[in-house]
Amino acid sequence: MKVALLGGTKGIGRALGRLLAEKGHDICLLGRNPEELLASSNDLQIYAGTSHTVGTATCDLLRPETFAPALASAEEQLEGLDTVIVTAAQFGSQPELETDRERARELLVVNFAHTVTFCEEARTRLLERGGGTLCVLSSVAGDRGRKPVILYGASKAGLSAYLEGLDHKFRAKGLKTICVKPGFVKTGMTAGLDPPPFAGEPARVARDILRAIERGTPLVYTPGIWRYVMLVIRYLPRFVMRRIRF
Amino acid sequence: MEMARQTTPMLSGWGRLSKPGKEVFSEDLKALSRNAVLSRGLGRSYGDSALPPPGHLEVATTTLADRMLAFDETSGILRAEAGLSLRELNRSFLPRRWFTPVTPGTQDVTLGGMVAADVHGKNHHVEGTFGRHVRAILLRVADGRLIECSPSQEPELFWASVGGMGLTGHILEVAFQMRAIASPWIYEERETVPDIETLTAALKDAAPDWPFTVGWLDCLGKGRGILVRGRWAEAKDAPSDPPQPLSSVTVPFEFPNWVLNRWSMRAFNIMTYYVQGSSSGKIVHPETFFYPLDKVRHWNRIYGCRGFIQYQCVLPSAGGPEAARRFLDVLDEERAAAFLCVVKDCAEEGQGMLSFPLPGISIALDLAVDARTQTLVDRLNEAVLAQGGRVYLAKDAFTREAHFRDMEPRLDAWLDVRKRWDPELRIKSAQSVRMLGDPA
Repeated sequence: MKVALLGGTKGIGRALGRLLAEKGHDICLLGRNPEELLASSNDLQIYAGTSHTVGTATCDLLRPETFAPALASAEEQLEGLDTVIVTAAQFGSQPELETDRERARELLVVNFAHTVTFCEEARTRLLERGGGTLCVLSSVAGDRGRKPVILYGASKAGLSAYLEGLDHKFRAKGLKTICVKPGFVKTGMTAGLDPPPFAGEPARVARDILRAIERGTPLVYTPGIWRYVMLVIRYLPRFVMRRIRF
Repeated sequence: MEMARQTTPMLSGWGRLSKPGKEVFSEDLKALSRNAVLSRGLGRSYGDSALPPPGHLEVATTTLADRMLAFDETSGILRAEAGLSLRELNRSFLPRRWFTPVTPGTQDVTLGGMVAADVHGKNHHVEGTFGRHVRAILLRVADGRLIECSPSQEPELFWASVGGMGLTGHILEVAFQMRAIASPWIYEERETVPDIETLTAALKDAAPDWPFTVGWLDCLGKGRGILVRGRWAEAKDAPSDPPQPLSSVTVPFEFPNWVLNRWSMRAFNIMTYYVQGSSSGKIVHPETFFYPLDKVRHWNRIYGCRGFIQYQCVLPSAGGPEAARRFLDVLDEERAAAFLCVVKDCAEEGQGMLSFPLPGISIALDLAVDARTQTLVDRLNEAVLAQGGRVYLAKDAFTREAHFRDMEPRLDAWLDVRKRWDPELRIKSAQSVRMLGDPA
């Protein structure tokens, strides 16, 4: 595969980058910090053996004007493009977002409006090339309005709905859209939180994501048990949801 | 949920004896280590060496900082961030026929932890400890400075940090020598032995010809054992495909305490003796050879909520062939059940100022914790002291300060170096407060 990976310097993206490199795929890392990009590209080259070059291009989810040039640069460096993966996103705890209006606005813009804008750019380019795979990390937090993740969850709910619609419309034209819903994963993003039961490791989540890409699965929960956890939560009556803190 | 949030978070080592503590994670180790009281890797030390001292809650966990920084194909020197795990290293380098010169018995350890504990493996009689192969480390010392040290640059700090249990500074980066190997597969031979005397003699006999040796002993039954010898397979004898990482099963929850008992383990040991006892020579997967217990993730949960310790000591060669027997007799006298007993051959003492192994044999015993554990460890320590041996800090949870001082004539020199770099003892652990006498 020729993969553009937005968010590959940290967390799940870093683990996924290593897995892709190990399998011999060509990668171009997209991210906002050039130093971090170079450090990760260097890591992947050592990890996969020296023959592999890993490209980089700056792309900042806060600045939509960077999207088209970044993807163009990735296409050029990879001499093609068939897979675009987005693992980047912002996270903020509910109390923090409730008190800081600006921070909340930024998170909503980055996680929904700008991520969708980026996907639109990627979709257009992939379709021009005859199709491919667009794989985006949403979250189980978008499956139901819940007290601890109201704003973050809302941004991911919107993203999940977008990704599902995209898959319905374009799969017949050759573009597979994959919506990944990770449960709690132990990364820097969730570093301040106490891990609940079934907390996942980035390496395991990365394996699930790659399998979904290889098989073209449109919706994947990872770790897998979250599919059933969320199934229960989606059907809990409102009077229960009001009482519990989960 | 409200209640749960107000209780103190608890943290434990691999032996599951918990203390108040909480891990803080970040990919940015330089920021994370600033003002941290202690660094922690994958938490595979058994006792309290990776737990915060009383009065502190947070430890800086390095596992997200796992980038490889440089690899020189000609010299074989790899530099990486301290949080890189041996599992990831092996995934990447084994298929390319490079391996760490020294590996402990699990691959769920970080490079930082390997330096801090100055780990050893089945090849101690050939390669010594991991510290011998470390070329440089980057340390965040207590006053906040970043110090690059190596055997030639700040050598005292370097050798105090190798085996220094992370108490001389936070290890941020490690550069070490990788070994080129003939193939990524292992040629292994096994043979059964009737008793501990035969086992220790056989380990010594095998040492000149075999880079990897280890002995397993059934301490619950008849005292029989298995000797395992191995070497990297020659390319012509090995499968042409590189070994794929093995899948594992997970122990999903904490077992009730009664599951592991003298009788269930005796049955397990008899099975092990007959099933795994003898083989005239075969090619095996490197993970099966080096990391047999990694196949069961969270195997420590089998011990239940009581937790367990691994008591590991080294007995000097001077004790003669009966040394191990005299030591193991203490177990019988105390009517203690060691569920697992691993015996290893140790050669030269490492240069790390608190490095564990010395010429002789090392014995590791897994013991479930109960009310008599402190007494048992005291008695075992007295037996070790009588023979001039010592215990391994990465495993320890019960050794008394006085015993450790008597075992460790090198301690004062090490404390001097530590004091010079950290006069206020800002970096400390639950273990250093318990057995090195750090103020809490």
